[in-house]
Amino acid sequence: MSYLYAAYISTWVIHITYLGYLLRRYSSLRKEIEELKRRH
Amino acid sequence: MKRLFPILSIVTAALLSWGLYGALVTAPTEKTMGEVQRIFYYHVPSAWIAFCLFFVNLAASIVYLVRRSLKADALAVASAEVGVVFCTIVLVTGPIWARPVWGIWWTWDLRLTLTLVLWLIYVSYLILRRFSSSGQTPKIAAVLAVLGALDVPLVYFSIWFFRTQHPQPVMGGGGSIDPRMLHVFFVNLAAFSCFGALVCWSRYRLEVVRREVEETQALESLLEPGSVR
Repeated sequence: MSYLYAAYISTWVIHITYLGYLLRRYSSLRKEIEELKRRH
Repeated sequence: MKRLFPILSIVTAALLSWGLYGALVTAPTEKTMGEVQRIFYYHVPSAWIAFCLFFVNLAASIVYLVRRSLKADALAVASAEVGVVFCTIVLVTGPIWARPVWGIWWTWDLRLTLTLVLWLIYVSYLILRRFSSSGQTPKIAAVLAVLGALDVPLVYFSIWFFRTQHPQPVMGGGGSIDPRMLHVFFVNLAAFSCFGALVCWSRYRLEVVRREVEETQALESLLEPGSVR
């Protein structure tokens, strides 16, 4: 049973880590866009 | 797509919850492997979605090579990255399943080795995209993607044509599966397909916007006083 939970938990850890990485990139991109808008 | 995104997200969350409940509760326990066989409901859909995303990467790379479409290039990057995420899940859940069933975490079996090679090819593709600043990078990456995609059918058909440690296919390969298991499998396949499509779309939008920002910044630095001499 522990192997089963290990597999399911690792699947979601990988997905959530990747989603977190995408969110970080989105927020830094948003900051760059706002910076560009402020300059114009 | 922007309007559909929240609806698709809710549908995906519902499907994922239903799939998880099915995999852990409603699907019958397999006789020989026991509870650990339930890894199948995450491992196999992840592999199929990784293959689909690598196919999207191949198609987008061909379109880029033929038409030099920047949108196709952005889609190629997005699909490769999300494909690598799903392929990583296959490579992580596979050994966790193998340990209690085979008694080993890993063996240099044809399918396992080819899957690892596939993962390495697309990781190389992403490293090339990330760290090479040459103008030729998209073209070189597209060629690498076309060659790398040749490994996908090799991985898929390796268990059909060779005797390997990996089990033979239960669907379409002469094996049989309980209809309740098949039902849970298809729910999880649909759930992870929707999830993969949403994540790939988000990554594609991110790539498009990132390129637009980079272009604007490059133009701005050119137009800055003192930059043109």
